[in-house]
Amino acid sequence: MSTAISIEKLSVYFGEHHDLFQAVKNASLSVEQGASFGLVGESGSGKSTILKAITGLAPQWDGHMAIEGADLTHKRDRAFYKTVQMVFQDPYASLHPRHSVDQVLTETLHLHGFDDINNRINKLLLDVGLGPAFRFRYPHQLSGGQRQRVAIARALAPEPDILLLDEPTSALDVSVQAEILNLLSDLRSEHGLTYLMVSHDLAVVAHMCERVAVMQNGEIVEIIDVADMRAGKTTQDYTATLLHASANRVA
Amino acid sequence: MSTLLDVDNLWVKFPTRNGIFDAVRGVSFSLGRERLGIVGESGSGKSLTGRAILRLIRNPGIVEAGHISLHGENLLDKSEKDMRAIRGEKISMVMQDPKFSLNPVMTVGDQIIEAYRLHAKASKSEAYKKSVEMLEAVAIRDPKRVMKAYPHEMSGGMGQRIMIAMMLIPNPEILIADEPTSALDVSVQGQVLSIMDKLVKDRGMGLLFISHDLNLVSQFCDRVLIMYSGRIVEVCDADKLHEAQHPYTKGLLGSLPKFDEPSDRLQVLTRDPAWRDAPSVEGRA
Repeated sequence: MSTAISIEKLSVYFGEHHDLFQAVKNASLSVEQGASFGLVGESGSGKSTILKAITGLAPQWDGHMAIEGADLTHKRDRAFYKTVQMVFQDPYASLHPRHSVDQVLTETLHLHGFDDINNRINKLLLDVGLGPAFRFRYPHQLSGGQRQRVAIARALAPEPDILLLDEPTSALDVSVQAEILNLLSDLRSEHGLTYLMVSHDLAVVAHMCERVAVMQNGEIVEIIDVADMRAGKTTQDYTATLLHASANRVA
Repeated sequence: MSTLLDVDNLWVKFPTRNGIFDAVRGVSFSLGRERLGIVGESGSGKSLTGRAILRLIRNPGIVEAGHISLHGENLLDKSEKDMRAIRGEKISMVMQDPKFSLNPVMTVGDQIIEAYRLHAKASKSEAYKKSVEMLEAVAIRDPKRVMKAYPHEMSGGMGQRIMIAMMLIPNPEILIADEPTSALDVSVQGQVLSIMDKLVKDRGMGLLFISHDLNLVSQFCDRVLIMYSGRIVEVCDADKLHEAQHPYTKGLLGSLPKFDEPSDRLQVLTRDPAWRDAPSVEGRA
């Protein structure tokens, strides 16, 4: 199996000069094609920043990143965005309030040079379980779960191989979260997608992923198989603390 | 157990273009010196129930109830002036997100002192001392520095602890906590909850804990009301939540991914229209 995402000694910085802040410190990880990899840690631990660095939303980085064997430079081309797409945390903020579902998907498909846009939109909507009736709705006419489905449809539009998922369900109710997580599992097996998923919820990551990187203060503390994590076979104190905190919420 | 608060047949209505929308539909429950949880999905009316108790529903919203009584006094008969004395002093409320509930242009200290002096006749220096003590009680290191700081200089967890300090300083009898920890990390959540728990216990307060997080509520509360589309569908003891009978509660529990029991697919909740129409269960202990 080939490697979909490989990251070596990645450091990401924000700010400049004396305000320079290193959000990610020497992080290395690799994700196999078709695998699902999780990033967990508390807020500010740099987990979302790694996703941002991959998509080019955090321009100040050094180290080495490669997608499907091709090295990434500081500029991303269109072919990159045909391979890698991202789903954001808050479906209420990530869709343009004055663009209908049709406009959102048309724009993406148009940018990627597809011509049978009409058929593709219908197929995408069916794929994410919405159906053509939703095509001309605006975001405010959709529920949170439906919006996240549109955001997923948009990410799937360029037929990517890799999806970066930044807390895709943390803004949703548990019942809706179950629907979206099931949808993501189905899409992954249908399209053979690779997932890199960020979440602060260990149960969600354990459900979705096979391997997990635990982050603290910008560093990857440990990379561990989910099966080992379930069995409590961790070598790091911090992972154990995190496991304990998520099992016993009231100390 | 003595009853602090009793809510009888509470309705919250909003007039819309398509007629009146009933957000809360005939909810009755009582709160003693205990930790009572209200759980439900977004839109189930749980937050509105909390706000209705403090009469914080603004126009055009309409609150109707048999009574909302605090120690036998009906809050619905109070004037707005009397209500202001009750808010904070008798019943106070911690909101979800500290970023939006603290005044961004006032120092933390000034806000806490203000909260204290509104209800207690105290000199400035006394209030300052009291505020520092309160910040210590919510486990803030270096409270003197925090007193001088502005809210944006605080982390989310600190902000929420400051909110709790501010709400508890007038020494209320009832604390309504509306999703007090959903904006926080799992690791900080535990800390904030145990502080809140300790303070509530030490002072013998009643706590109304509103949350969408079933696991959290089952670990933290004594009794739980489960709300669905404006009604209470089930009441149970928190430690027996996992033996719940109602299909909605079971569905919610089933849709959670379980850390120690992996499965390929999650259960999806199928909603029965009959749940919406069934009469509300009474939530009195």
